[in-house]
Amino acid sequence: MSKSASEQYRTPLSRARGLGASRHGVGHFITERVSGLALIPLSIWGVYAALKLVGADQHSVTTWIGQPVNAVLLSLLLIAALIHLQHAVQVVIEDYIHRFTSKSALVIGNLFVCVLAGAVGVFSILKVALTVTGAH
Amino acid sequence: MVELALPKNSQVKSGKHWPAPAGAKKVKTFKIYRYDPEAGGNPRWDTYDVDMDAVGPMVLDALLYIKNSIDPTLAFRRSCREGVCGSCSMNIGGRNTLACTHGWAEVPGKAVQISPLPHLPVVKDLIPDLTLFYAQYASIEPWLHTDTPEPQTEWKQSPEDREKLDGLYECILCACCSTSCPSYWWNGDKYLGPAVLLHAYRWLIDSRDEATGDRLDALEDPFKLYRCHTIMNCAQVCPKGLNPAKAIAEIKKMMVERVV
Ligand code: SF4
Ligand code: SF4
Ligand code: FES
Repeated sequence: MSKSASEQYRTPLSRARGLGASRHGVGHFITERVSGLALIPLSIWGVYAALKLVGADQHSVTTWIGQPVNAVLLSLLLIAALIHLQHAVQVVIEDYIHRFTSKSALVIGNLFVCVLAGAVGVFSILKVALTVTGAH
Repeated sequence: MVELALPKNSQVKSGKHWPAPAGAKKVKTFKIYRYDPEAGGNPRWDTYDVDMDAVGPMVLDALLYIKNSIDPTLAFRRSCREGVCGSCSMNIGGRNTLACTHGWAEVPGKAVQISPLPHLPVVKDLIPDLTLFYAQYASIEPWLHTDTPEPQTEWKQSPEDREKLDGLYECILCACCSTSCPSYWWNGDKYLGPAVLLHAYRWLIDSRDEATGDRLDALEDPFKLYRCHTIMNCAQVCPKGLNPAKAIAEIKKMMVERVV
């Protein structure tokens, strides 16, 4: 906590107030909690499904994904997990990285990676699901 | 940035040793952090072998004995010596607490190790610079805010509403909690920390206050408030037995309440 030259002449109150409150944060807080909540039933279902599919061949797995309920739940599981991950990782970045440039780059990078993973994942699920259904 | 090692000029070297007087029967070693910015150089650990038969029961008694009878250059803060002023807070045996209410016999280990409150600039020896901490306290405007013209008598409050301030008003601003909080270590320039947030909550739930919304506005921020991750160090160390983590959770609840 060494003081820079400009900081030296600022009053303590000015330093404490800084740029003021950004008036956001509660949205992030709620999203993190709600996505966590959604993940409870979804991941129980996910584990149950994974156990059921252990040892199954490719055909039965794709057929399983082809069932609308499974495709929808699988997509929701992926989306909820990625939203939760993105929010949680952002908190870790904000905790430990303090330089404006590196912090912003990491926060944006984290968002992009999660959105990309979501897009690729949902597309893949739909592709398998729709191909299987179409083949019937 | 998180600091995993101390910068070179802050690394603590070993310092002077002050042996016990001949004939002392009950000797205890105190290992004390020393730093004098005017003398320059690195901070050091000085060790004092103290004849405990001459000393009262508290760590503060030992510090006063050292200062009065062994080494008058030792600097520390104290005033009330009974846990109400909050000035003698320091890190004793690895734990932030008040020197005046903590018995030296309770400190685990052979030597009693004493250093200033963690992660603050050091003014001298056991005296940390709390300027920003106090300014952060001032920034939450810790007084009653009202627009209604002042009543002829006092602002009234029901006994139930008064009870809501219990567990909050007792805080003595010793900063033991804030300086034990990892989030405050890493982001202390922006995160308000447990002590200041506990006080923020004390004014948020005061039924006489008319600025609850403005107060919430001034706290809603990823750094000022939401750096608290409920690590609970604060509640563990508070020498007054208060629970800042719970007060912070209540603030977060109020934030949710006003949007849903
Ligand atoms: S509960 Fe919050 S304020 Fe208390 S030590 Fe943990 S992070 Fe800090
Ligand atoms: S909450 Fe407890 S530890 Fe924190 S400043 Fe107040 S009295 Fe000290
Ligand atoms: S001297 Fe006042 S709290 Fe210790």
